[in-house]
Amino acid sequence: MIDGYNFAYLDERTKRMIRRAILKAVAIPGHQVPFGSREMPLAYGWGTGGIQVTAAVLGQHDVLKVIDQGSDDTTNAVNIRQFFARTTGVATTERTREATLIQTRHRIPEAPLTEGQVLVYQVPQPEPLYKLEPRRSETLKLHACEEYGLVNVKLYEDLAHWGRVDTTYDYPVQVNGRYVMSPSPIPSFDNPKMHLMPALQLFGAGREKRIYAVPPYTDVKSLDFEDHPFHVEPQGHACALCGCTTSYLDEVLQGEGERLWTCSDTDWCREQREAA
Amino acid sequence: MKHAEPLLSVRALSHHFGNPRYAVRDAQLDLFPGEVVAIVGESGSGKSTLLNCIAGRIAPTHGEVLYRAADERVLDVHRLSERERRLLERTEWGFVQQNASDGLRMNVSAGANIGERLMGQGERHFGRLRASAADWMTRVELDAERIDDSPRAFSGGMRQRLQIARNLVTRPRLVLMDEPTSGLDVSVQAKLLDLIRLLVARMHLSALIVTHDLGVARLLAHRTLVMREGRIVEQGLTDRVLDDPQHAYTQLLVSSVVAP
Repeated sequence: MIDGYNFAYLDERTKRMIRRAILKAVAIPGHQVPFGSREMPLAYGWGTGGIQVTAAVLGQHDVLKVIDQGSDDTTNAVNIRQFFARTTGVATTERTREATLIQTRHRIPEAPLTEGQVLVYQVPQPEPLYKLEPRRSETLKLHACEEYGLVNVKLYEDLAHWGRVDTTYDYPVQVNGRYVMSPSPIPSFDNPKMHLMPALQLFGAGREKRIYAVPPYTDVKSLDFEDHPFHVEPQGHACALCGCTTSYLDEVLQGEGERLWTCSDTDWCREQREAA
Repeated sequence: MKHAEPLLSVRALSHHFGNPRYAVRDAQLDLFPGEVVAIVGESGSGKSTLLNCIAGRIAPTHGEVLYRAADERVLDVHRLSERERRLLERTEWGFVQQNASDGLRMNVSAGANIGERLMGQGERHFGRLRASAADWMTRVELDAERIDDSPRAFSGGMRQRLQIARNLVTRPRLVLMDEPTSGLDVSVQAKLLDLIRLLVARMHLSALIVTHDLGVARLLAHRTLVMREGRIVEQGLTDRVLDDPQHAYTQLLVSSVVAP
């Protein structure tokens, strides 16, 4: 742990401010709570919201895991993991089942999460209505008055033009039957995992200065039409390394135009290989 | 016969924007179910301000706007919570803007534009949404084949029809129109007026139409109000007002119409 910095980099008052926002967010599932986002030693778009939330909730005895697109060894994940290892001295791990706090970008781990775990998402755009209604003042009212016809307009457009819902990531969800929420750019494959998840899910958007949350065991419903219910498009491949057919796969281009399909969650892939 | 209760009453409504000059002064009007009333006057006479006050978009400085809802409750539009007012706006009311592009969502298809209000009311069946969108396109004489086209690809007259369809799809009881036909060429205007007249009569709508065009008032409205410098200077049956204008300003207005 390096000297000259407070535990987890942020000063205690800032952490308290963020915790207040988190408490409020947990109390109103899916509602975006504004907070005073700080400048972090990380560029916007690289998880400034996520690391502020992590910094605020991380304790000495936590075991931290950081993933980027399911992988523990990409630049973003490695940097953030090292950042917290150096500023807090907490134990880090690459194993989902051993972690108590998981910060993630764009994926939910395949291994089911438990009540003892917290999942922190990095969110680029917290406003699910943003692409349809760019005025913040207006989207605030739409949320407040529960006017969510607009979200279905986007799904309608997809169906009308492509015959299927073309949104495959950041697929809007309704939380606890009330707020429509952006699940951050996770694949829609992961959406069902959010429903009644035993772990606490926290979302931090640094540039947009918003925190929102899904408490444990909360209803999370992906929006759809009655005659076109939400479903996950099967990828039609098995992992080339572990043979898993139920996980979310990455398509990796090899030389000579060959493609390799592997589990996006590298820890899951390892587990599957070890079990085999 | 039972004396009909007004659907909408405006009581002593005045509004000024910051400076002490009133844009609307002491406006008083009643709109009965099934009635079409035109508000005419020159530019700057306060017509649109009055309409926006009625629609709840501007909070008037004085006065009130009472609306009799479908469940017979009389609502003071400006005392409602924002939530209730917005609900009213998207269920029982329609608002047709002068510029169709203000009233439409220009970056989604025509079908989605018509379906939006239905989805806002909780319709979540794609097939049914599609069917009512196609049905309404036909009713406003748009080609149902173009249901997936962007309104950007539509002409001014077509956009205006689309805007009308978008508003009427949820069968509102009251439609407010702000210069629905200006900016269109004469033949398109005539067709649109015909369409509005037909729809208003068929759906037994009550409508308040703001226009500077006396022809529009003559064709659509049962009653006409003449506004000048924020005041309603004359009101009465349209034919009476236009054929036998009493107020000097109305006489001027009627005599300034250019007949070909």
